[in-house]
Amino acid sequence: MIPPKRKNPLLRTRAALQPPAARSRTALGITAAAARGGFALQVCAACQAVQYPPREICGTCLHDGLAWRAVPPEGTLIAATTIRVTADPYFRERTPWRTGMVAMDAGPAVIAHLPAGVAQGDRVRLAQKLDRAGQGAMVALPLAQPGDLLDDPMMREMTCDPKDRRVLVTDGRHAVGQDVARAMLAAGARVWLGVAETWRPFAAVEGAETIELDLTDADSVHRCAASHGGRLEIVVNTGLHTRPGGILERGDLTTARVEMEAAYFGPMRLAQAIGPALRARAADGTHPACAWVNVLSVYALANLPSWGAYSASQSAALSLSQALRADLRPIRVVNALIGPLDDEWHQAVPPPKLAPAALASAIVKALRDGVEEVAVGDVAQDILARFRDDPKILERELAS
Amino acid sequence: MSSPTPTSSLADFAADLVSGRITVIDLTQTLSADFPTIALPPEFGQCAPFRLEEISRYDARGPAWYWNNFSCGEHTGTHYDAPIHWVSGKDFPNNTVDTIPADKFIAPAVVIDCSRETAANHDFVLTRSVLEAWEAAHGPIPAGCWVLLRTDWSKRSGAAYANMKEDGAHTPGPDPEAVRFLVEERDVLGFGTETIGTDAGQAHHFTPPYPAHFYMHGKGRYGLQCLSNLDKLPATGAVIVSPPLKIQGGSGSPLRVLALVAS
Ligand SMILES: [Zn+2]
Repeated sequence: MIPPKRKNPLLRTRAALQPPAARSRTALGITAAAARGGFALQVCAACQAVQYPPREICGTCLHDGLAWRAVPPEGTLIAATTIRVTADPYFRERTPWRTGMVAMDAGPAVIAHLPAGVAQGDRVRLAQKLDRAGQGAMVALPLAQPGDLLDDPMMREMTCDPKDRRVLVTDGRHAVGQDVARAMLAAGARVWLGVAETWRPFAAVEGAETIELDLTDADSVHRCAASHGGRLEIVVNTGLHTRPGGILERGDLTTARVEMEAAYFGPMRLAQAIGPALRARAADGTHPACAWVNVLSVYALANLPSWGAYSASQSAALSLSQALRADLRPIRVVNALIGPLDDEWHQAVPPPKLAPAALASAIVKALRDGVEEVAVGDVAQDILARFRDDPKILERELAS
Repeated sequence: MSSPTPTSSLADFAADLVSGRITVIDLTQTLSADFPTIALPPEFGQCAPFRLEEISRYDARGPAWYWNNFSCGEHTGTHYDAPIHWVSGKDFPNNTVDTIPADKFIAPAVVIDCSRETAANHDFVLTRSVLEAWEAAHGPIPAGCWVLLRTDWSKRSGAAYANMKEDGAHTPGPDPEAVRFLVEERDVLGFGTETIGTDAGQAHHFTPPYPAHFYMHGKGRYGLQCLSNLDKLPATGAVIVSPPLKIQGGSGSPLRVLALVAS
């Protein structure tokens, strides 16, 4: 593995332009599917015709009942072209750029971005990926994916592979932070692992560089930003202060304040301190800054009253992540939603429980896939599905 | 206009301060975010560490001024323990920092130097016999004075200061008999240490647990901890100035502790 070339410090760092982002509300269905790692197109409720591009009424029968559904993504590449000249500032810096026309087995013809190696006449699998503007884009991939697909320049624009990137993992005191550090190292990243209150004993992770970092301490965050803010490509915020307890049962705010510090104020401090530098390096070289990852409880979506205050802190963190997604663009904000972890705070919770190592693998996969949201483990996937089905029903179920 | 009596000891005191015949020694650790706090099992309520958040620094948030908000627990950094801090002192009158009589905040101190013993044994226990040996050399511990345990522990920092192992903190402190001797037979004002608490790191294994807290506060006496510079004090003769913040109903407070010493 040849590491990327070091940058020339005499050259201006390339500004982070974004691809054109004008899309209709209807077209955001592709963005939503891409954010979740799915593949969806509109399907007519009357004649079942699969639609592309997104539209308000059926292109076949004019019916207005078009719902976004998962459809088979396969097709045939019927034309391929290489763009060498373009007026768009973002693509101008990235030519030559390949696009092509895919005749989908499901019906429509789709214009898609192409990696190297797919040729006219090839069978392909379409995927919906988020581009650097955070918009859903169509990509045509070979059926047998080569191992170096993520190194393709087009795919690099759509994904956030940790390989050869420098990663800050915020909380090395927690098993999740430790396992995320290990997974990032295994994925080929360089890792700085934050440890708060270094006067308490802690176990270092072999291969990761331990740094003092306490997100609840403004001075500590600023010191971290001063020494590392300009040389990070991925931040993984694993600050989990998980404590059981309902609102009335607890009877005070002491623990709730610590939960809010860990879930909300701390990450906000870190974002304010290093977010601008991260965003400014979003097109810096072949391995630019690309992602900010949060680990959030799935009960951010709907409160689990027996963990009521904790759930509320996670809702605050979820809302913060949505604001950061807009502020940090083109840095991708990825939320890993989790159910109960297999740790000492969930001792009395029956299985299934999520192993920290499984969460860490899922985070690496989410970065490679280029998604914005991933529910990790059975409980989180179940709760997320029920939330998308009907938030009010889920709220009542959790409160029963 | 009548002038004060020329022999007024207060005037002498002021003159001695100005002339430097009395030296002021700061016994306080700097309040900072990374200073260790008492570590309890995580299911208990926790003492907040010191935190500083900038309000403005000659910028858009306040063009000509710099200031911060700070937060911490009552028992963060160099701090004062009032009797109400411990369950044994909960029913005393005037047992909170706002109601303790102000004359208790300036008092003489004796310093028991156990720095050599502590260097050899992190779990050094201050016993009655150590106190009696000290008295044999320096005379009886007077009533109404602070007893300060010098261990030079304040010269450590970070992990070495907290000295946490798998079985808890290992720091020096008194045993129950020593504390009872100081309170019941010597009628001292309070007990002060250089470590995170007035009790030893392993003091939960004593009977009663945490004897310095239990007996001192149980008799309405006071505590000082996280002191520094005790090596600059004489065995006898120093005067301690230690007024805590006047927190309504407060169980303690961070404070500046000063010692006055004849040069
Ligand atoms: Zn139709």
